[in-house]
Amino acid sequence: MKKYRILIAKPGLDGHDRGAKVVAHALRDAGFEVIYTGLRQTPEQIVKTAIQEDVDLIGLSILSGAHLQLSKKVIDLMKKEGIGHVPVFVGGIIPPDDVPKLLEIGVCRVFGPGTPLSKIVQEVKEVLEGVTSANGS
Amino acid sequence: MDHKNIARLITLLENTPEKAKEILTSLPRRTAPVIGFTGSPGVGKSTLIDQVIAKLRSSGKTVAVVAVDPSSPFSQGAFLGDRVRMKKHFLDDGVFIRSMASRGALGGLNESIYDVVELLESVGFDYVLVETVGVGQAEVEVRYVADVVVLVLSPGFGDEMQLLKAGIMEIADIYVVNKADLVGSDSLYDQLVSFLTFAGRDVSSVVKTSALNAHGIEELVNKITALWEKLVETGKLRELRRQRMKHHAENLARRTLQKYLSLADLEDPYEGVEAALRSMCERLKDGQGGGT
Amino acid sequence: MYDKEQLKRIEEAFQQWQAQLENDLKKFPERKEKFLSSSGYEFKRCYTPLDVAEMDYLRDLNMPGEYPYTRGVQRTMYRGRLWTMRQYAGFGTAEETNRRFKYLLQQGQTGLSVAFDLPTQIGYDSDHPLAEGEVGRVGVAVDSLRDIEILFDGIPLKDVSTSMTINSTAVILLSMYAVTAQKQGAKLEELRGTIQNDILKEYIARGTYIFPPEPSMKIVTDIFEFCAKHMPKWNTISISGYHIREAGANAVQELAFTFGDAIAYVEAAIKAGLDPNVFGRQLSFFFAAHNNFLEEIAKFRAARRIWAKIMKERFNVSNPEALRLRFHTQTAGSTLTAQQPLNNIVRVAIQALAAVLGGTQSLHTNSYDEALGLPTEQSVQVALRTQQIIAYESGVADIVDPLAGSFAIEALTNQIEEKVWEYLEKIDSLGGMVRAIELGYVQKEIHKSAYEQQLAIEKGEQIVVGVNAFQVSEEKPIENILKVDPTLEEKQKEALRRLKRERDNKAVANALKELKQAAQEGRNIVPYVFEAVKCYATLGEISDVLREVYGEYTESTAI
Repeated sequence: MKKYRILIAKPGLDGHDRGAKVVAHALRDAGFEVIYTGLRQTPEQIVKTAIQEDVDLIGLSILSGAHLQLSKKVIDLMKKEGIGHVPVFVGGIIPPDDVPKLLEIGVCRVFGPGTPLSKIVQEVKEVLEGVTSANGS
Repeated sequence: MDHKNIARLITLLENTPEKAKEILTSLPRRTAPVIGFTGSPGVGKSTLIDQVIAKLRSSGKTVAVVAVDPSSPFSQGAFLGDRVRMKKHFLDDGVFIRSMASRGALGGLNESIYDVVELLESVGFDYVLVETVGVGQAEVEVRYVADVVVLVLSPGFGDEMQLLKAGIMEIADIYVVNKADLVGSDSLYDQLVSFLTFAGRDVSSVVKTSALNAHGIEELVNKITALWEKLVETGKLRELRRQRMKHHAENLARRTLQKYLSLADLEDPYEGVEAALRSMCERLKDGQGGGT
Repeated sequence: MYDKEQLKRIEEAFQQWQAQLENDLKKFPERKEKFLSSSGYEFKRCYTPLDVAEMDYLRDLNMPGEYPYTRGVQRTMYRGRLWTMRQYAGFGTAEETNRRFKYLLQQGQTGLSVAFDLPTQIGYDSDHPLAEGEVGRVGVAVDSLRDIEILFDGIPLKDVSTSMTINSTAVILLSMYAVTAQKQGAKLEELRGTIQNDILKEYIARGTYIFPPEPSMKIVTDIFEFCAKHMPKWNTISISGYHIREAGANAVQELAFTFGDAIAYVEAAIKAGLDPNVFGRQLSFFFAAHNNFLEEIAKFRAARRIWAKIMKERFNVSNPEALRLRFHTQTAGSTLTAQQPLNNIVRVAIQALAAVLGGTQSLHTNSYDEALGLPTEQSVQVALRTQQIIAYESGVADIVDPLAGSFAIEALTNQIEEKVWEYLEKIDSLGGMVRAIELGYVQKEIHKSAYEQQLAIEKGEQIVVGVNAFQVSEEKPIENILKVDPTLEEKQKEALRRLKRERDNKAVANALKELKQAAQEGRNIVPYVFEAVKCYATLGEISDVLREVYGEYTESTAI
């Protein structure tokens, strides 16, 4: 039975995990298997975890303003390690100006403050099902 | 085999168990120590395992870890957070960590745990560690999966009596009194020793550890290794592996029959089972896949 | 406060009123079935003398400045001196932050509050690999004494009171501040200010911990001991509920977990041989000012009474200075929205008013663009003006504890206090706060509350104006969001390289060696950190020495 596995990661030094945990909880209640990395993950640690856990989607939670740098590092590393096809979502404090920049880097969806959990869950499902049908599997 | 491929194979084993036989038979048969760690949430299992990994790595051994957590009975989803405590090993290529949800398996572990453990042995890890939550009667599955079971206890949980009743205490080979620096650990240690004495078991199987400052870890690892080697020497390991295979087969049989059971109209359970067996046989006759 | 006869008559009138009410409700039901406080307590429709009948004015309230201090910790409160207007500020380099400090002082703020970047808070220099992308982002980057000298250039430290939001590395920043002050000609005993220094809440809600709990508590008590002797006017700790609240706790949990932490600190200090009558004077607190106006005011009053009782009854403290809960407040950042940001000015004003009516000693008001970035000069000016308008135009600062005696306020104060004691009992039964944190109990309670709040918003039970009600189809973007100069990281690294060339590296190595030994032998490390700081050892170098001795902490995840 296929179950989607989602990685929720806190890259960088930001220590606020309320949002990450609330999203992880909502995804769990929506039937996903959520692997939570805890705080202070380097891009290398995140990508290693994504590989070992063979995840279907990665969610990065960043509130410290370092989102452009950190997202780029993670995505570049993912490509290098051969998992560049895994969709990446970013959530946190993201100024509207930076949203197109994130999408350009390769981030799939960006969720700013005030985004309802139901929207996040819905978009996760859409993207995962889109990927599945694209793969024909 | 590189981690990416191992990871993908595990996913296949989990999601398409019918392919398990094919996958596993294409790999060399290998036996490695499979060590189970169990105990109530909060006793410090993950931190302990983190230290055990460090010790094994320092002697050049490669380690695979499977950390199993329960799936939500309502949503079938799961929150898997055990890796957090093993952070410092993420970038070590000699360590492979995989989180698994129980997916409703009766024994508290994931149904494909046997296949996954076999896979990890086959690809060459020196040690395979399985971490699971052990609180009730249902969670004794780890006894069949692992060669050596380590039960982790910690003072202040007050659940020692429950564990005794639940039978968890009996399945363990090594008992760890963790957080040995805390108040109450001496009393816990004494209770354990008296329980083991009463049960005619070897009291040297109790180890005091304080995972936070790495006390007792070397002793623990030595005991685990010594126990496993003894199992090999005495031939007991072969017997344990037979038991494991038997239990795995029984699980597979139950799962297979369950498939046919759910299709039948169940008014009388005895008739239901007979009907399921009949339809399974028919399918076999028609040549439609034995096994699963 | 009312005699038996009066109460009986009021009771009868109330019953009649209730009966009439049932008729009204059939025709016009109320807006909601239940009106709940943040902690799930159901507000009564209307409070009367019956709800406060058991109260004793002198026992439960007393005059302002008198035990149990429910009505305030000073007799004259804001009539004597207004609360300190202290805006949390810091970003980029020390030069940029120094400019912002001067701007704020010029605009009328009366105390400084320093925000440090994450590498500084977590003991990494700006050139550490983990610092990449984080230098100067959420606060000012400080690598050595030199940065602090620049930070306070032109600001006489003997004349200002400075609060520093710094925890794991508090001992380092305190030393840097004190040494800078001394270089300016000030004496340690004159210095006024605060270091947050509250490591327990880092494990619970904020995440900038370095070492495990035991050695971290030792550093905290080392600071208590040092300051009791040498810096008597300095607040050695700001035991914080703000972050716990922001992580999702409700008002009761905010107080309960803060006091749980406080009890742990006091116990640790007593165990280290310190006298609570002495160090107790230098403890301070930090709370949030959240949305529910009445509940928040009641919360602050309950806090004072609870703390006074804890110190007196649990720790036998007799010095009134050590019984008084003094606190800083920040309006709740998590209530501010990215949607229709100007609405945030109103939210902040209401929250600030609650803090003032609650008797805060010091206040930070958030800026309206908080959900998008750090405050700009314009937005922080409005935030400061909010405080000034409350202080000078609204009149609430002219009467001490004006809401005392309100049936609702007193009933709420009592209710909150009752629930806090329940939590404290539970924490005691788990073996104390440190144990409760290890077990993940505190974190799970907070997460439960956070998740429930989010669900309430999604179901529409909790309205957030502009987000799930009264939205606009097209948001007007804010023109000016503060951007941190991306080249500053390189500038900071260059300055570090220069510093390491120019300083006496032998002296640094020696000072670090002495520090390591002192830490290993369990001596008070503060004087050794002073010496290391004086020869320009970097924050990272000092932290690494302590990491070697104390080890590093890994969190427990639990939801």
